[in-house]
Amino acid sequence: MDLITPEFGLVFWTLITFLVLLFILRKFAWNPILGAVSEREEGIKDALASAEKARQEMENLQADNERILQEARAEREAMLKDAREMKAKMIADAKDEAQSQASKMIQQAQAAIESEKKAAMAELKSHVAGLSIEIAEKVVRDELSNKDKQLKLVENMLGETTLN
Amino acid sequence: MTLSTFKRLALTVLFLSVSLVGFARDSKEGGDDEKFDPKEMILHHVKDAYGMHVATLNQGKENEFHITIPLPVIVYTDKGLTTFSSSAFHHDYHGHEIVERNRQRFVNVHEKVYVMDDGASEVTFDAEGHPTNAHRPTFDLSITRNVFMMWVSIAVLLLIFLSAARRYKKSDDYVPSGIASFVEPLIVFVRDEIARPMIGEHKYKKYMPYLLTIFFFIWINNIFGLIPILNGANVSGNIAFTFTLAAITFIITTFSGNKHYWQHIFWMPGVPVPMKIFLMPIEIIGMFVKPISLMIRLFANITAGHVIILALMSLIFVFKTEAMAPVSVAFSLFITVIEIVVTAIQAYIFTILSALYFGMATEEAHH
Repeated sequence: MDLITPEFGLVFWTLITFLVLLFILRKFAWNPILGAVSEREEGIKDALASAEKARQEMENLQADNERILQEARAEREAMLKDAREMKAKMIADAKDEAQSQASKMIQQAQAAIESEKKAAMAELKSHVAGLSIEIAEKVVRDELSNKDKQLKLVENMLGETTLN
Repeated sequence: MTLSTFKRLALTVLFLSVSLVGFARDSKEGGDDEKFDPKEMILHHVKDAYGMHVATLNQGKENEFHITIPLPVIVYTDKGLTTFSSSAFHHDYHGHEIVERNRQRFVNVHEKVYVMDDGASEVTFDAEGHPTNAHRPTFDLSITRNVFMMWVSIAVLLLIFLSAARRYKKSDDYVPSGIASFVEPLIVFVRDEIARPMIGEHKYKKYMPYLLTIFFFIWINNIFGLIPILNGANVSGNIAFTFTLAAITFIITTFSGNKHYWQHIFWMPGVPVPMKIFLMPIEIIGMFVKPISLMIRLFANITAGHVIILALMSLIFVFKTEAMAPVSVAFSLFITVIEIVVTAIQAYIFTILSALYFGMATEEAHH
């Protein structure tokens, strides 16, 4: 029975000892140690979080770069396409222009040739007419100077007329 | 007992169980017959005592010599406070040695101080061995063996943890070094395996100092109880010690109890009214049974360990032959190894159950 009866003295000293121990350890050991441990854990957590954030940022940056590159590529593609189109158009336009210009010039040339020809013909005709008259005048004058010759002329002319 | 002094000494050193031999011989003194009484020896060992008796040399001879650390006896009686050294009893605990102090006469009967009634010149005993003409003092606040060992244990605890805490102050990056790297896993274990799961993430911080203190206080006293040269002081196997710690746990639980906790005790929600009335006394009993179970579990486990080891050692003296020694040593070594595990387990169980009770007291309603 003695064994299972708490002695007052030991209860008293246990209580005081324990409370003193609790007080000292709490103030000088548990609080500093737990504080340090949790601070370190916070630090680790923060470090991990910031590393994760940095990784995320890196990824974002990479994605941005990729996107910008993509855009640049697309732009270049578009520009090249535009240029090609423009080139083709210019060539086509120039061709058309040249064609029309050429045909116009040809037409003008033809028209000029025609008019020149006409003028030349007209001039030629008037020349020929003048010449003919002159020749005719000379011939007539000559021919009419003697009788024989007049007759011959008439004959020739009659012969020619028959031929016609 | 035919062992010569030399052989006894050799055995004593060999088995590191100094106290055992001392008590074994002491017990012989009391009785008239030469019979060794293991029960008396064991009970004397597991109970408290005035003075730290380490060994007795030259037992029963003229030059008998006790290696003892005397401790103060402090008693408060109707005549006031009286203090004297335990060495005044001259290692007597059968009420023979009468110490006169402060006009009172004190005797030590089975490691309990008695004040002799006026006029009595010799202590007389009844059939059960209780003194008939002496009484216990009003308060016996003696620094007994257990109190002394408890103080040694807290000195060691303070040495360990204050120097560990200083390590953290020194380093700016909070990296544990030296002793801190040894105690930190234990502290983190108490926090992450005991306090957090049992009490909950939001409230555990408040209870951490208490849980850490009881864990290490119980553990180190359990360990000290296993060291034979310290006379196997049975601090954590003393009911007064476990009673005090269990009472503190009970007080903290009761004062932490929230509305939800008290409602569960007095008016269990979610059951019909007759059931509520039926459950109320059970819950009220349960409130007290919890700390009582804490008290008995620690006391019984540690005391049982001591009793087994001592009983195995007693076999040598019961059979009165050294041939028994290897068997006793082998078995008690085996039990001691188990006891080393038990020291940690019992500290853990006491702490985790305390944390569980705090958790129950502070749990929020979630129906």
